[in-house]
Amino acid sequence: MNRIQAKLKEDKKLLSIYFSAGFPEVNDTVEIIKRLEKSGVDMIEIGLPFSDPLADGPTIQASSTKALKNGMHTALLFKQLKDIRKEVSVPLILMGYFNPMLQYGVEAFCKKCHEVGIDGFIIPDLPAQVYDEEYKAIFDRYGLLNIFLITPQTSNDRIQYMDSISEGFIYMVSSASTTGAQSGFGHTQEDYFKRIADLNLKNPQIVGFGISNKQTFTQATTHAKGAIIGSAFIKYIDAQGIAKIHEFVGNILN
Amino acid sequence: MSYHVNEKGYYGQFGGAFIPEMLYPNIEELRQKYLSIMAEPDFKAEFDQLLKSYVGRPTPLYYAKRFSEKYNTKIYFKREDLCHTGAHKVNNTIGQILMAKRLGKTRIIAETGAGQHGVATATVCALAGIQCIVYMGEIDIARQAPNVARMKMLGAEVRPAKSGSRTLKDATNEAIRDWINNPEDTHYIIGSAVGPHPYPDMVSRFQSVVSEEIKWQLNEAEGTQNPDYVVACVGGGSNAAGAYYHFLDDERVGLIAVEAAGKGIDTGESAATSILGKEGIIHGSKTLLMQTHDGQITEPYSISAGLDYPGVGPMHAHLHTTKRAEFIPVTDDEAMTAGLMLSQLEGIIPAIETAHAFAIFETKKFKPNDIVVVCLSGRGDKDLNTYIDYFKL
Ligand SMILES: Cc1ncc(COP(=O)(O)O)c(C=O)c1O
Repeated sequence: MNRIQAKLKEDKKLLSIYFSAGFPEVNDTVEIIKRLEKSGVDMIEIGLPFSDPLADGPTIQASSTKALKNGMHTALLFKQLKDIRKEVSVPLILMGYFNPMLQYGVEAFCKKCHEVGIDGFIIPDLPAQVYDEEYKAIFDRYGLLNIFLITPQTSNDRIQYMDSISEGFIYMVSSASTTGAQSGFGHTQEDYFKRIADLNLKNPQIVGFGISNKQTFTQATTHAKGAIIGSAFIKYIDAQGIAKIHEFVGNILN
Repeated sequence: MSYHVNEKGYYGQFGGAFIPEMLYPNIEELRQKYLSIMAEPDFKAEFDQLLKSYVGRPTPLYYAKRFSEKYNTKIYFKREDLCHTGAHKVNNTIGQILMAKRLGKTRIIAETGAGQHGVATATVCALAGIQCIVYMGEIDIARQAPNVARMKMLGAEVRPAKSGSRTLKDATNEAIRDWINNPEDTHYIIGSAVGPHPYPDMVSRFQSVVSEEIKWQLNEAEGTQNPDYVVACVGGGSNAAGAYYHFLDDERVGLIAVEAAGKGIDTGESAATSILGKEGIIHGSKTLLMQTHDGQITEPYSISAGLDYPGVGPMHAHLHTTKRAEFIPVTDDEAMTAGLMLSQLEGIIPAIETAHAFAIFETKKFKPNDIVVVCLSGRGDKDLNTYIDYFKL
């Protein structure tokens, strides 16, 4: 069983953390992953920085730009992750835009991810249908799960279609927005979380975009299996450095 | 072979809609409805009426006698510079504002490089009484000041794009992000034949009035509907798409696409996408784009803001790959020289984008009996400062 699937079977609400590889410093990647695991994080999303991150708000745009300036690139990330599976067992998801993967070669990229121990992908600009028709077979061959995003505007039919072609979790984008921290969720979001829960999908749902603290984490996980924090974590390590990661995570889990 | 879009939204291997899920409902709605809306008799009537009485169409097809003598061939100019607002861009914005109204949208966003598309969008929003927000790179705001002022006078809000190269690519990113954040009330009026399907096709169709007119106008002037060549500058590709549209599948008509080489193809400061680009994804479309080995989109350079874009529309990527069109790079210096020459030979000051198309006659030779139509996509008022600086006028 894939590490993501095993984790999803655990009887608890899951906390997943996103960070941009190569930020704040180019060689922080492995250290951040180790610290996150040690702090009790359940899943980690490693952001492969891209020059034009369309679905991202200002915080992740800035961390991507900085990471690229620091010299982060695809081959370097694979090099940094070469021995990561000797050190951590937490599920690792690569989140990135499709163009850098295309340029690396989709098959070569998947092969390399499999070798270093990546468990799945989140690719915001790879549409479900294109994945299904052109890339699913390759991802499957290397045991990589593809995670789909849904939003409050996504129709039930489409959600059911995505559910049928995926085997990990459904990434529930909290509201119609680019990534970024929000201070709280209102009734519209609660209704939406509940509506999706009531669809009884085969894949559990994890909420992302706008989760920033214990309160939003708790709200998001009332109806969902877990939640993902990105921008708020990036802001935190930008200000506090990576040494205090356990405090950030502790504030959410305890 | 057809060079038009297929039912899946592709031109050969190029095109498609590589968009984040957040945009799916909007793009899907547009994809399902654009053809039927455009085919509605009252849509067509309103579009045609506005093009006639508001934009000033048909624009003349002008036989350029002195220019033809200089280059010893028969050259016609399709005078898109005479459109209201000064460029072809308004053909598309008129179409899209009518589309937005039929889709029930109440807020318009757009990106702009040279400011021509921004002005054309602000204009139709004023006409329709709809709120308008235009994203524009900080660098472009500085080099196209008159157009920024025009947009403001027309009631639009101009928001600076401060990320990346702070030009057209980044303005487009910001517009897309705005749309992600405002999916329900907003329509995004893209300014060129770029972006996810159905935009390249929709924009090309709105611009196709250019070649529709060329056909009957040339028939009146020369007794033939088909020129030997159609020449257009290519930024994202909308004026070229319009000028080529009705000739695409008739291979007797040669298509020439003129790209901005900036300071030169090999200088690292260029925007010649077909030569320097590789297949990849930009702004939701699989097409040719300038990028690093690693798939990061690179920052282009051209003296003309409207051609300063690292990608090209998928139709043009296909025309390039299949060799249906010949792509010719033109440097800043060659374009500026051609702009001055056109001014003094024909009394027409072109936009610097457009001036690129006129520079090819120095190197590309035509036969004396060839009929060459050049799309004179826009006028040079907005570029006076750049001309003044360059020529120390
Ligand atoms: C006058 C003029 N011509 C050409 C262009 C290039 O755009 P496109 O390739 O879409 O025609 C622009 C863009 O701003 C323009 O203003």
